[in-house]
Amino acid sequence: MSIWAVLAINSITFGGLLFLLSAGFSLIFGLMRIPNLTHGSMFMLGGYVGASMIVTYHLPFWLAALIAALAMAVFGGLIERFLLRRLSGSILAQVLVTLGISFIVADFCLMVWSGDPISVETPSALAGGTRALGLFFPTYRIAIILIAVVIAAMLWALLERTRLGAMIRAGVDDPEMARVVGIRVSQLFTIVFCLGAALAGFGGLMGAPILSVYPGLDTDMLPLALVVVILGGVGSLLGSLIGSIVIGFLYNFGLVMVPELAYFVLFLPMVLVLVLRPQGLFGRQAP
Amino acid sequence: MTAPRVALAAALVALVTVPLWVPGDYYISVCSQILIYAVFALGIDVLIGYAGLVSLGHAGLFGLASYTVAVCLAAGVGHVAAIAAALVVTLAGTAVFAGLSLRATGIGFIMITLALGQIMWGLAYRWVSITGGDNGITVPGRPAPFGLRLDAPSHFYYATLAVFLLTVVATWVFVHSPFGASLKGTRDQPRRMTALGYHVWLIRFYACMFSGLLTTIAGILFVYYAEFISPPTVQLTSSAEGVLMAISGGSGTLLGPIVGSILVEIVKNVASAYIARWNMMLGAIFVAIVIFMPEGLVPGTTRLVRRALKLRGPIPAGAPAPTTAAAEPAPGEPAP
Repeated sequence: MSIWAVLAINSITFGGLLFLLSAGFSLIFGLMRIPNLTHGSMFMLGGYVGASMIVTYHLPFWLAALIAALAMAVFGGLIERFLLRRLSGSILAQVLVTLGISFIVADFCLMVWSGDPISVETPSALAGGTRALGLFFPTYRIAIILIAVVIAAMLWALLERTRLGAMIRAGVDDPEMARVVGIRVSQLFTIVFCLGAALAGFGGLMGAPILSVYPGLDTDMLPLALVVVILGGVGSLLGSLIGSIVIGFLYNFGLVMVPELAYFVLFLPMVLVLVLRPQGLFGRQAP
Repeated sequence: MTAPRVALAAALVALVTVPLWVPGDYYISVCSQILIYAVFALGIDVLIGYAGLVSLGHAGLFGLASYTVAVCLAAGVGHVAAIAAALVVTLAGTAVFAGLSLRATGIGFIMITLALGQIMWGLAYRWVSITGGDNGITVPGRPAPFGLRLDAPSHFYYATLAVFLLTVVATWVFVHSPFGASLKGTRDQPRRMTALGYHVWLIRFYACMFSGLLTTIAGILFVYYAEFISPPTVQLTSSAEGVLMAISGGSGTLLGPIVGSILVEIVKNVASAYIARWNMMLGAIFVAIVIFMPEGLVPGTTRLVRRALKLRGPIPAGAPAPTTAAAEPAPGEPAP
């Protein structure tokens, strides 16, 4: 039975990483109405930046994670301010620009960090395992789950308990009305874009000790984020959380049980949701 | 309206005589490749330009057709049966694609097609027992329709050209038919079309099927052209290249995707000889076109040429030329 327990832990860990990726994706989508196709690139770039900090500059893991998150926040802010802002009003153009940027980033990473995967060592404080319930769990994976839970709680508090969160929710529900009552929605765009990018970059380094960082990580992760958001519903934090865990389980169990069709297994919940509830499990009907 | 006819005739002559004036087999092959991708881009343009639906998963369908041919041939099936199988399998795949993607329109459509396309890529990459994984599948040889061998690049070029011309005519008929008009109606005014009694969903579904047919044809041509198929063909990059071809040339025209595929393939083949960073260039071109020439090269150039002709032509009484030019739509209007 222990193999299943380990697999379940791995699935929840992966779900936690997916949540870091898809929460920002979903919020950006909910507020700005565009799927940010650079989100996978930010996950990968964050991973690379953080890994460089650790491997080349020997910075401690958590400092590197902070730098990765900040770097991606700045990067996201620049994209939002200088490219997406110029194209406001043309959603298709915005999507295509994010796609173009994702190619540039992918090639840039290949140029700078070469094609070899970079593996990052687990931070020493979290190396090894923890014994619980007669089973042996890798501590780092437990830590990821805890971090994902903490971040989910913080995001929830931000959205539901602060003034900024109330403004973001207003912007998601009805951007025109929010503008009318004096909320600077365009400023919210930048804040949410930076926040989403930072979470993705942070997730990229958090995932590095497990997944390592390699070219193609972006296109591996982006569809997973898309599927999570299709499942959970656009702009819904709870939807991202549940969707991430469902996809984490399906993907990991799929890899073990039907390795050749692991990607295909993801297709099933997507089909079910699209047929039965196109707005996603926790999404609201599109206006 | 004779000038367009002359241009069309000149283009046809140029296309037919390609093996005579293009230096060397390599460039004849590049021309075949351009035609194949033009068919692919036409398929994407039917959706972008006429239905207002942007698909980022078409490489998945393209790959499905190519892989079906390759798998059938590897299993020892004949060419006719392999091509028939590719048509059936890919059209069935398109129906599933369309059925799911059309649960949404606009951005939702993009997202679902992207996810579906990546799932096809995942299958091509991971389902090693069928697809050979990263190693791909090598196709044992090209068919010989009516006893004509297609091994020589120029022979294959003519076969591709024939198919290409057929698909262009078919697409012309499709978009200029009453159905094409209703399709444009669903793009611009879906609510009014519904009110007028049109079944908007079904019209879009048929458009997806036609687009899928063109994509299947391109995929079959491609696998015979390359005599090899591997996962990179199915990647998101390939879908994006197709979209880039359609929008860079000018979506909503038939010439646009063809010009776009010429542009992209030439840049790709020429650029790859000098620089290794093709994807970075692709991304940069993408961003530049979307920002600076959102309507695409063909409508953009047409606009500039018209303006230039008007400026040089006789000044109509009471309307000085500069005013006419100023009345033209300003550049940089948002894409439809």
